[in-house]
Amino acid sequence: MTVLPRTAARTSRERNVRAAWLIGLGIILLVLPRLIYPVLALDILAWGLFAVAFDLLFGFSGLLSFGHAAFWGTSAYVTAFLLSHGQSVPVAMLGGTGAALLVAVPVAFLSVRSVGIYFSMITLAFAQMLSFLALQWTDVTGGENGLQGFARPGFLGLDFSDSVTRYYFALAVFAVGFYVAYRTVRSPFGQALQAVRDNEQRAQSIGYNPTRFKFTAFLISAGLAGLAGSLFTFGHGVVSLEVVNWRTSGEVVMMTLLGGTTTLFGPVIGAGLVLLLRDVLTTANLPVGIVTGLVFVLVVLFFRRGVVGTIQGWRRK
Amino acid sequence: MNTQLLLIQVFNGLVNGAFYALLSLGLAVIFGMLRIVNFMHGALYMLGAFTAFALGQAFGLGFWPSLILAPLIVGLIGVVLEWSLLSRLYGLEPSYNLLLTFGLTLLTQDLVKQVMLSQYAVSSAPYTPPAALSGVVNLGFVVFPKYRLFVIGLALVVCLVTWLVIEKTRVGAIIRASTENPNVTRAFGIDVGKWVTGVFGVGVGLAGLAGVLAAPIYSVEPYMGAELIITTFAVVVIGGMGSILGSVVTGFAVGVLAAVGAALYPPIANTLVFILMALVLLVRPSGLFGLPEGAR
Repeated sequence: MTVLPRTAARTSRERNVRAAWLIGLGIILLVLPRLIYPVLALDILAWGLFAVAFDLLFGFSGLLSFGHAAFWGTSAYVTAFLLSHGQSVPVAMLGGTGAALLVAVPVAFLSVRSVGIYFSMITLAFAQMLSFLALQWTDVTGGENGLQGFARPGFLGLDFSDSVTRYYFALAVFAVGFYVAYRTVRSPFGQALQAVRDNEQRAQSIGYNPTRFKFTAFLISAGLAGLAGSLFTFGHGVVSLEVVNWRTSGEVVMMTLLGGTTTLFGPVIGAGLVLLLRDVLTTANLPVGIVTGLVFVLVVLFFRRGVVGTIQGWRRK
Repeated sequence: MNTQLLLIQVFNGLVNGAFYALLSLGLAVIFGMLRIVNFMHGALYMLGAFTAFALGQAFGLGFWPSLILAPLIVGLIGVVLEWSLLSRLYGLEPSYNLLLTFGLTLLTQDLVKQVMLSQYAVSSAPYTPPAALSGVVNLGFVVFPKYRLFVIGLALVVCLVTWLVIEKTRVGAIIRASTENPNVTRAFGIDVGKWVTGVFGVGVGLAGLAGVLAAPIYSVEPYMGAELIITTFAVVVIGGMGSILGSVVTGFAVGVLAAVGAALYPPIANTLVFILMALVLLVRPSGLFGLPEGAR
């Protein structure tokens, strides 16, 4: 990654570009439930936030987690569990997010000491541990059957049985999550994080502790992934073993890559594209795995900058 | 629990361990030499089993010819993949190899599923072991299926031969030189690119062999490699990535430990390997047989 000199003119232009992306994305998300089914639209929000959380770690910290389903899934299950035990929606969501954070502490502690491909495999293995736990702890997770049919009690006069209301509530939660990610990346912490990613030795020599930065970034990312997981449960009203499957960890990578890493807006767009593609394929009865696999391969081979990265690349020319 | 049951569990553990060992050996060869983390290894193992099944359906070939042919075919597929796709990613972060092979895994699994459904109208097919290996052997203290003993024996031989070739022969020396310092090796007139492709083919061929061996035990289905590859990754991390000896020893050891653990406390069966991995990482981040990071 080349670092360009940050002149005042450049910074203000960057700010304009960012504002344009923000407004564009905002408008699309506001009208989305008018264009597609609200449940699918809510899925895009949940997966979009999940991909943003993942990108915080992959794009900005250089750590390819291949086990992010662990945090998404933990939160999805805990949220469903709390809802089915009569808790309100905000409590269930906070509970889910908190549980994801709790799980992330030991995983982060053990994994951030490793680099590169080691890190990927360790996170993958921890996610698998959780996936077996979800399969076996049937009292809490429902095992093979998953959890379903739980209530979503109304909140502040909002009626959550209506999927459009659900969507706009989710959009508000998404906005909070996205803002957290945005602030993190733009903060001095985020800048230092990118310095660690680009050159760990140099960052260390100017007094940063790389491991501590990666640990913190891991926790923020896991927490946001947890928030996204609780949104997913809230939207669907069903949780199955799929939420902790390794394919879920892979899918979030695909969404992020397709949209463009280190762009924050990209992962949301990537999530939207993948989910819309999958929706079209299932309705048309086409083999989902073959097409998504092919898209994945093509993106990794020829389109590594993703949609947003490519567009930004054109603009810089 | 009585001793007899425990012994049966140990043997079953060795059978599972044989598959872990063969798969992680292939992964170790590929990672050690090429720095590729081949997520597709499980899918190629499945392709080995599927090829044996398809050869039987199409040409009436039995187990023995398939045992030779299927690994060759899978190895050839590997060579084509390395040459056409993976080689484009050399020089980039190794993560991209992992991601590419992940995509190929999704693709392969569903492709095989489509073929099995449309051509043979099955989603899962049994595969019979050869007549010579059916039945059981009485080992005196325990009775055990012949075919499973054969799997353990063949896996041990293949692992030993691979280790000998890489550590003790001239071919192994060339391979090791090609990875340690490709430029100098090239200066000696050795075509490094061809060797790298060949090594990938052999590593992948080992996965194909494991697949054929697994077909009579687990039957042939498109997702048979999916869970196995994750466990194999854990084995590789425990053993130390890229360590040939580590992958073989850990493969068998994990198989036995998981089987014995499962006999004592059934719910732990699938999780034990990951608990082991966490413990090993706490003590030795580079794995039991691995060199510390940076020392490579």
